[in-house]
Formats: sequence, C-alpha cells, structure tokens
Amino acid sequence: MKSKLEKIWRTQAGREAVKGYSFMAPTILIAGIFLFLPIIYAVTLAFYKVELLGEVSYQFVGFKNFVRMVNDDRVWKALKNTAEYVAIVVPIQTLLALCLALVLNAQIRGRSWFRVAFFLPTVTSSAVLTLIFMWIYNSNGLLNRILSFLGLPTYNWLGDPAVALKGIMIMNIWATAPLFMVIYLAALQDIPASLYEAATLDGANRWEKFFYITLPFLQPVTFFVVVMGVIGTFQLFDQSYIFSAGSGGPNDSTLTIVLLIYQYAFKNLDMGYALALTLMLAAILMISTLIQRKLFREERFD
Amino acid sequence: MKSIHWSTAFLYTVLIVYAVITFLPFAWALSASFKPLSEIAEGGIHFIPQHFTLANYRQIFTQEPLFGRWFLNSAIAAIFITLFNLLFNSMAGYALARIRFPGNQFWFFLILAALMVPGQITLLPKFLILKSFGWLNTYQGLIVPGAINATFIFMMRQFFINFPRELEEAAALDGLGRFETFFQIVLPLAKPALAAQTIFVFMGAWNEFLMPLVVMSDPEMFTLPLGLNAFKGEYISYWNYIMAASMIFTLPALAIYAFFNRYFIQGITFTGGKSG
Repeated sequence: MKSKLEKIWRTQAGREAVKGYSFMAPTILIAGIFLFLPIIYAVTLAFYKVELLGEVSYQFVGFKNFVRMVNDDRVWKALKNTAEYVAIVVPIQTLLALCLALVLNAQIRGRSWFRVAFFLPTVTSSAVLTLIFMWIYNSNGLLNRILSFLGLPTYNWLGDPAVALKGIMIMNIWATAPLFMVIYLAALQDIPASLYEAATLDGANRWEKFFYITLPFLQPVTFFVVVMGVIGTFQLFDQSYIFSAGSGGPNDSTLTIVLLIYQYAFKNLDMGYALALTLMLAAILMISTLIQRKLFREERFD
Repeated sequence: MKSIHWSTAFLYTVLIVYAVITFLPFAWALSASFKPLSEIAEGGIHFIPQHFTLANYRQIFTQEPLFGRWFLNSAIAAIFITLFNLLFNSMAGYALARIRFPGNQFWFFLILAALMVPGQITLLPKFLILKSFGWLNTYQGLIVPGAINATFIFMMRQFFINFPRELEEAAALDGLGRFETFFQIVLPLAKPALAAQTIFVFMGAWNEFLMPLVVMSDPEMFTLPLGLNAFKGEYISYWNYIMAASMIFTLPALAIYAFFNRYFIQGITFTGGKSG
C-alpha cells in the first residue's frame, strides 16, 4: 500500500519535473550558451592571449593582460572620460527626473499627454538621436545659431576635444531623464495620501511634507534610479561610437571603456586583453553598486 | 488663492518649456529632411522649409539600394526576437511560478543573478561562440542570443504568481494538461503583460546598435542603425539625406509606441517599481 502511494507520488513528481523542464528548455539552452558560458569564457580568456586571425588559438599568459592595463594610457583616458561622464550625467539626470516627476505629480491637467510627449526620446534609437544631435551640434548648426542669437559663445561641438564629451552628456541627460521620471512618478503615486493629510492636521507646511514624507519614501526608488543610471552611463558606447566614427576622437576625448574594449577586440584583434578590460568594467560596476548600497543604507519596503 | 494660481502657472511653464526642449531636436530633424541641401547650407532658423521637397526621401530609396535591405533585416530580427521572447519568457516564467520541479529555486536564482550581469560583459565571448557556430553575418546570430530576456522572465513569473489558480484547476478538472492549459487558458489572459513585453523587446531589438555591430560585418546584413551609421560615413555633410533616413527609421518605433504607450508606462513602472 505504502509503496504504491510512493510510486504515484513519484510519477506525479516525475511528471512535474518533465513538464517543468520542457517549459524551461528554451531558456536553459539559450541562457546556457549565450549567457552563462560567455561569463565563464570571459573570466577564463582574460588570462589568455587569443589569436583571432585564421584558426582561433589560445595561449595562457597569466596576469599579463591585467598588468598591461596599468601602463596603457588609453585605458586611463577611457576611465577618466567615463568617470567624468558618470559623475556629471547621473546626478543631473536623477535630479531632473525627480523634478519633472514632482511637477507632473501635482494636480495638472493633461498629465498623461505630457508624459507621452516627454517620453519620445526614450523610444528613439540611440543611432538616430546621435545623428540628430550631431546635426544640431555641427559648427553652423541649430545650437550654435541659438547661442550666438543669445549672445553666448559658440563651440565646435563635434571637433573640439574640450566640449565633445559635454555634447554627448547633454544628449544623454535629455534622452534618459524621462525614463527615470516615469519610475519616480509611479513611486510618488504610491505614497499614501493619508500621510499628507495627517501632516496637514499637524500643521506641517509644504516643504516639511516634502522633506519628511516625500523624500524618505523616495529613497528606495532613488537607489534604483542611481544604480541603473550608473550602470547605464558606465556602459556608454553607441553615442561615442557614432559621434567619433568609432575612433573615440577628437583626440580621445569621447573614448569610453566599452568603446576601448570594442577597439581592442575588433580593430586590434586583441581579444584576451579586451576581455581583461571587460572584467575590470564588471568589477567597477559591482563595486560601485556595493558602495551605493552602503551610501543609501537601503531600506526595502517589501 | 492667488498663490495657488501662481504656482499652477509656474508648473505649466516648466512642463511646456520641457516639452519644447523635448520636441525641438525632432522638429528640427524632420524639417531638415524636407529641405534641399542649399537651404540647409545657407543657415538661418526656419522650422518650416522654405523650399519644401521630397527629393531626400526619393534619393534614399533610389540611390541607396541597400536601404530597403537594411529595413528588412531590422524588421526580420526585431519581429523574430519579439516572438521568441514572448513565447520563451512566458514559458519560463510560468514554470518558475507554477510548476514544482526539482531545481525550480536554483533556476530562479540564476535568472535573478543574470539580471545583474550587464550585456557588455558577455559581448566578446558571445562573438567567439557565434563565430565558432559559423553564425556571424546570419539572422540566427542576431536572433537566437536575443531570444530570451532575464528581466521579462522575472516579470512573467511575478505576473503568473498573482494569477488566479482557480482557472487552472478548472482546466485540469476538464482534463486539460499543463501545455493545453498554458496555451489555451493562461496565455490569452496574460495579454497586458505580453503587450508590455512586446513593446520593450521590439523597441530594444529595433534600436539595438552594439550587438548587430559585432555580429554583422557584411553591409548586406546590416540592420538600420548600422546602415544609418554607414550612411553617415558616406554622406558626411548631406544632413538632408541623413535626417530623412533617420526619420524613416524612427517611424515604425513611433507607431508602436503610439499604439501601445499605455502598456509601455505600465511595464516601466512594473519593472522599475519591483526592483526598487
């Protein structure tokens, strides 16, 4: 009697296992080959010299690829550019997103219309946005005409190493802020109205409500927005690539880490070194996420 | 009373100014696409073309034989990637939410971990693997690696966890198996989640630059973003052509956005809200 029950239970469980794995099969197969295997590959091959021309061959070189980074000026240049880019873009786009969300969250008519309109850059391809901005930035382009009309100094946005990266920063802040605005807006709408009512009864003014209710409530979502912003900006590639026709110019001023990785992998065919750089990028992203977690002392509202 | 009026006026001013800032680049690009080169070169700020022309669009389709091909390549890649994602992510999400198979927790954990891995990290190994498959410069080289997405597997799992069990139990009583239940009962009721997925995955695939850049080196196999970039290299300061090409490329994504934008916002707040 007992063995019979056990058998039924077994076949039942067995059937569930077969069904579970047949539902999971495409995911396991594809993730295995194109996600998990590549991670293992990346970690291993960073210690090899990879010959890509003709027959692909590998030669173990230990930490050589990592040591080489330290003396590679272009690595430092790319790190500096990327760090500068992250440090300027993330705070501005986060603040802009928060301000727009606060404005939209006020009792405003046509709110959904504004939201749809603001969102336009987010759904447009980075290639198109970059080309549009290059058109606006070119030396007798719209931006310079507006600047000279206002009596402000004009720049050679595409060709001057001092401002080229700033041009990409402006474009990306403009393009990304609306995405985070939508996330902030959703979080704002989750704050219970009763809290504000209670605060009003206690005689709190508008600023007190903002600092003691709104901001603390937005802390987890701000953590999310900043982490996503940092990860996104650290991986800047498309815009730099199109902007500089793949070179990172003028004078390496738009060279980013991912663009440098791309150049080493596909222009210099130095795959092992490029993978070592990839690991460095991964390490930077992980460490920066951990630091931010510490800074925000994340309190989860699960 | 007066102060309320003032603050409302201020809020509207902020919104309208920002809306103008959002639209200006698009309007300027659209306007350039209808201008002859002479008008573009002479300067001046005219948003309405003074010598309106469709010649730029005609030029692209007649003089740039690959443009149609790039459009087709983008469409094929984006459509198949979207279909596979809808199917595979939903299947995996359903299994993780509903089927108690051994390793369920393990795979769920792996999917969560995969969420944390930025795409660039796996790019070069993916290239090596695709190369060894002989899949460079093929559609499958672009479609298969993009056929699943950890974010949406996670989203579908959350969706199915909150899905009413009674429907499936009723289906089981009617003698439907897991597969029939999934395809005939569960999926049709998952439309909002599928719509959000459709728009994100399609937009992502349609706009993707880096992956096609790595996989496709043959100009015949370029997708539109790569084509646009090549086009830029060829027509360096013919901004009228470049903007016309950009506008054609933007239209399908805009159409999808206009059509599904309600689900788009829902999807963002879902993925954003859950992770935050």
